[in-house]
This record gives sequence, C-alpha cells and structure tokens, in this order.
Amino acid sequence: MRETVKLNYGGAVNAALARSLDDYPEAILFGEDVAVPGGVFGVTRGLRKAFGPRVFDTPISETAMLGAAIGSAMMGRRPIVEIMWMDFMFVAFDQIVNQASNVRYVSEGRLTAPLTIRTQQGNAPGACAQHSQNMEALLLHVPGIRVAMTSTPQDAYDVLRSAVACDDPVVVIENRSLYAGPKAEIEIGGDPAPIGGHRLRRPGADVTVVTWGSITSRVLAGADRLAAEGIDAEVIEAVWLNPFDHAAVAASVARTGRLVVVHEANTTGGFGAEVVARVVESGATLKSPPRRIGARDSRIPAAVGLAAAVLPQEDDIVSGLRAAVAG
Amino acid sequence: MTTDDHLADLHAMWRIRVLEEKILELRLAGDVVGSVHLSNGQEAVAVGVCGQLRKQDAVFATYRGHGWAMARGVPAFPILAEVLARTAGVNGGRGGSAHFSAPEYGFYGENSIVGAGAPIATGAALASTFDKSGRVVVTVFGDGAMNQGAVPEAMNFAAAMNLPVIFVCENNKYSELTPINDMVRNPDLSARATALGIPATRVDGNDAAEVAAATALAIQTARHGLGPTFIEAHTRRIVGHYIGDAQQYRPEGELEADLAAEPIVRLSHQLIASGVAADTVDAARRRAVTEIEEAARRALAASAADPATALEHLYA
Ligand SMILES: Cc1ncc(C[n+]2csc(CCOP(=O)(O)OP(=O)(O)O)c2C)c(N)n1
Ligand SMILES: [Mg+2]
Repeated sequence: MRETVKLNYGGAVNAALARSLDDYPEAILFGEDVAVPGGVFGVTRGLRKAFGPRVFDTPISETAMLGAAIGSAMMGRRPIVEIMWMDFMFVAFDQIVNQASNVRYVSEGRLTAPLTIRTQQGNAPGACAQHSQNMEALLLHVPGIRVAMTSTPQDAYDVLRSAVACDDPVVVIENRSLYAGPKAEIEIGGDPAPIGGHRLRRPGADVTVVTWGSITSRVLAGADRLAAEGIDAEVIEAVWLNPFDHAAVAASVARTGRLVVVHEANTTGGFGAEVVARVVESGATLKSPPRRIGARDSRIPAAVGLAAAVLPQEDDIVSGLRAAVAG
Repeated sequence: MTTDDHLADLHAMWRIRVLEEKILELRLAGDVVGSVHLSNGQEAVAVGVCGQLRKQDAVFATYRGHGWAMARGVPAFPILAEVLARTAGVNGGRGGSAHFSAPEYGFYGENSIVGAGAPIATGAALASTFDKSGRVVVTVFGDGAMNQGAVPEAMNFAAAMNLPVIFVCENNKYSELTPINDMVRNPDLSARATALGIPATRVDGNDAAEVAAATALAIQTARHGLGPTFIEAHTRRIVGHYIGDAQQYRPEGELEADLAAEPIVRLSHQLIASGVAADTVDAARRRAVTEIEEAARRALAASAADPATALEHLYA
C-alpha cells in the first residue's frame, strides 16, 4: 500500500528494510550491532523485535559476514548485510571482488547471489583517516557488482528497496552525516523500481553538473549562489553508479555544452574521470574543457581545518563552475 | 612490589584517568571534534604492560589508545594538542584521537581498523629477528578483535616464525554495543592462542601488578627467542564505547559493580588498608590533575593546524 509519511534519511532506510523483510520472507538482515542494539547510528532500531531471528548481530568478522551473505544468497536467502563503514569493507574485499562478482558469470548463470550490502562512507568532522574515505570507484571497477549512493530520504528508501529486489549483488552507500537529518514527506510502500536511472535536481542551461552522494547538497547550494550571478547550472544526481545513466548525462551536455563532475572521492582514478571520458568519447561538442572537482589526492587528516583543505568545499564548486562557464 | 611501586602505578593510572576526563570535558565543550574512545577503567592494563617495557620496545594500540601512549611516556601536552587538532599535536592533527603515533616513545600508533594492529606488530617483531635489537613488540586489541581474521592470522604467523611479540587482549566484555559472550561459543579467548601453540594466560586486568607479572614473563620468553605470548586481561570500561554512547546494553547494576572494582579505586583502597596515609594516596591524583590541567591550558592556547600544510607528508 502506498502512503506518504514524514521520515528522515535514517528513518527511510529503516522503513525500506522493514518493508523488504516483509516483502521477502527469504530476506535476512545482519551486521555488527544491528539487531539487539539497533545499529550504531540507530538505523536498524526495532527490526529485531519485528522480525525476530531473521535480524541478527554478528561478530566483528567482515569476511565471514560477506561470505555468509554470498553463500546464503546462493541457497535462496536474500541477505541484507551492513558493513558499518566503507573503510571496513577492505578487510573482506576478496568476498566482493573475487567472490560475489563472479557468482553469476562463471557459473553461466546457474548460480546467483541476490544480496545487498549496506554501508556508509565519507568524512565527518574530526573523523580519522580510516573512517573518512570515499571508495565507490574501487567498486565501480568491478563488473558484476551494482552500486548506488543516495542523499535524500526518498532515495534512501526507494534505492534500498530496488537493491533488495535486484537479483545481483548491490552495494548501497549511505552517509552517516545524513541519518539524523531533517524529516521529509516521502512516499513509501509502492513496488520497487528497477535499478538504474538518475535524478534531475536542478534544470539549467549553462553547464551540466553530475554529482552523487551527500555532496549533492553542497553542489545545489553552490548552484543557487551562481544563479544570482546569472549562471544557470543543471544538476544531475547519479543515485545509481552501476548501472550509470550515461545517456542522461550525454543528453544534458548536448544542451548545455559544458560538463563538471563533483564527488567527495579522490580526483585521481575517481568515477568522475569515467563520466568525463564517456562524454568526450561520444564526440560531444563542448564549449569548454570538462572539469572534475574531487578531493585533492591525499590521505584525510583528522583535524577539521586540514580536512577542509583536502575535500571539495562549496567555494571550490562555485569557482569550478564559474571557470567552466567562462571557459 | 614495594609500596612505592604501587604508588607509582597509582599515579600512572591517575595520569591516564585525568587525561581521559579532560578530553571528555573538551569534547563536550566542543573544543575536541569527532569520535573519541576513552579508556576509563582499563588503565591498569596499559600501566602494567608498559611498566615492563624498555625504551626500544614497541607498542601497537587501537583507537582506545590515549592511555597506552601516555603509559609509554608520551607527555600529556602533545596528546591533548593532537586531539585538539593543533600544530603542536604529536602528529600535527593528522592522526587525531583515534589514529596518532609517537614512535620516539615506542608508541607505534593507534589503529581504527579492528584487529589491524596485530599483523603489523608481528612485522615489527619480524624486524627484531633481523636487526638483533632484542626489541619486543606489544600489540593490544579488544575482545571483539579476536573475531577479526587479521588477529588469528597474525598469531599463527608469529607462532610459526617464533617472533618476539606479545598479544594483549583487553577483554572488556563488550565490542561496541554487543557483549562478547554473545559472539563467541568459548568465552575463554586465550584458548585460541593455546590452540596455536602460543603460551597464554588470563589475568585480572584491573590489577596492574598482576598484568606486570604476566608481561615480565612474556618479555622474558620473547627476549630468549621463545616466541609470542598471549595475555587476556579482564577489565571493564566504565564509560561508553565512544563519547555519546547511551550504554543501554548494560544490565542493571553492572556499571555500579564495575565502578567498585575499577583499578584506581581498588588500588587506593588496598594502599590505605595496608597503612598508607590517605593523603599520600590522594597526592597521586593531585599531581596528575596539576600536570594535565597545565598541559590542557597550553594545548588550548596552541595554534590550530595550518590548512596550508594539509598536503604535506604524503610521499617521501
Ligand atoms: C574492521 C572493522 N570492523 C568494524 C569496526 C567498527 N568498530 C570499531 S570498535 C569496534 C568494537 C571493537 O571491540 P573490541 O575489539 O572488544 O575493542 P573495545 O572497543 O572494546 O576496546 C567495532 C566493531 C572497525 N573499526 N573495524
Ligand atoms: Mg571490547
């Protein structure tokens, strides 16, 4: 049943998990501190009570957690597993890069691994270098793994439901700074949409800005500032990174003639490079060179003042867009 | 151990406790930003272990590492300056509360990936076998870290290669918000070391002297080329996992019991019962307070890390 409810981002994740556990009797949900404590960010609160042993806590054993997700998925479960921080995924990367990715392909489709990995990433004030990284590009280099990243309560709900419904491994990347954000009216309870697609956050004529994740709000704030200067930016939020909606970006660039990609991840080897390359390869006529705005290639320092010098700030976005339009 | 030794342990524990309480105060006031993990209640493990180490020895700790750094001799000022993101911090604000290091004091750093310190410490011990330094390496981690693949891998590696490393497991009963006993079948974590052929011992981690005795034996074993030892130190954190943890997972009465058994209270009572003047016992606290207050004043007055330096130190 469709209904409109007021939920913040964390609440929307919780609602999507509850609905998925309802929809799929074969769904199971597990991770560190997710069940009895309800999650270190409180996002999975109440689910253990509602769904009993289908929701359970695990040891701090990411390899076993992800392996258990793959194995149980092969046997007909639909696991949703939480990796508390993207940075912790690397102790178990084999299970994603060598294992989950290969299940369908090398078995000629005889086996599948319909599993969802929920994680969250990015810097928050004072976070250390091992709790700050934006690593989506590593996953996007691995065919066989779907990847999505959300920044609004509605998408947190919709994308997670699509991920659970998807019959392949999906990594859904959230951001802890969003969980306790403001409530918004969102629609819940419909059928999950197929994976893929983008969100047009702001129509504009002068420059196409492609972005994803929590930095989207910074991009939109920058675009609003530029509107006062007469620069009209079109902002596309790529909630699905694999599959990526290259066609939508191409269509927008065909109208604006300019392209800027903004991500919190490191610039070098970031997925922004792929977005730019696809547009350039398509032979699009550009009025100015495409630009990438990302983190300066560095480790992330804990000191807030130092981190601000490494990560893209609103001013960096504004000046980057200005230069793109002037160029 | 003499009364003076006990008083020295008490002072060492008070220094850590007062440092942690100061960091809590600064965090609540907003001077310290970000996630902070305090070690209140676990001081006897750091003090007991580090008291037995020589200057050349190396400690690899976790995010709950302020006390270990201090027990290794890192002064309060650069620790406070680090958590306050000042240029004068041990790492100029790059490491922060959860990831700083001070190798000049044999403190080879905190680590915010659970279990990750164990294999690195094993490597440091491997180096000892080549450089003939006699360096012994300590790696400390929690009960929950025993379930992280890196730890058993490191333990077996050290056992197979006979490396001079001491695995110290601070069993504080919880991993974040989850009781360890819900996440293992055998609550005797030391049994895993025994199974790998590593001599293992379980000690009262709230008794610095008992921890020290176990450590002394482990050091002797390591220095004689007899390889690793595993010490499971039973202790309790008497604060949340991180600042802001509501601790709803604690059963009723647990915190009260833990507070009565915490190492500073216990050793103080023990000293007074053995005839030491209450004022002498309290002097250990007063000295720590004076020292930490002064360090905090200086750290607060120190200049913030300079953003212009943010990209320095990435490569040689
Ligand atoms: C690989 C990895 N997984 C999960 C975490 C999140 N995490 C941080 S501390 C912690 C609990 C660790 O418990 P324990 O080892 O008992 O140490 P304690 O915090 O009790 O000192 C967890 C799960 C992490 N930092 N790294
Ligand atoms: Mg613990």
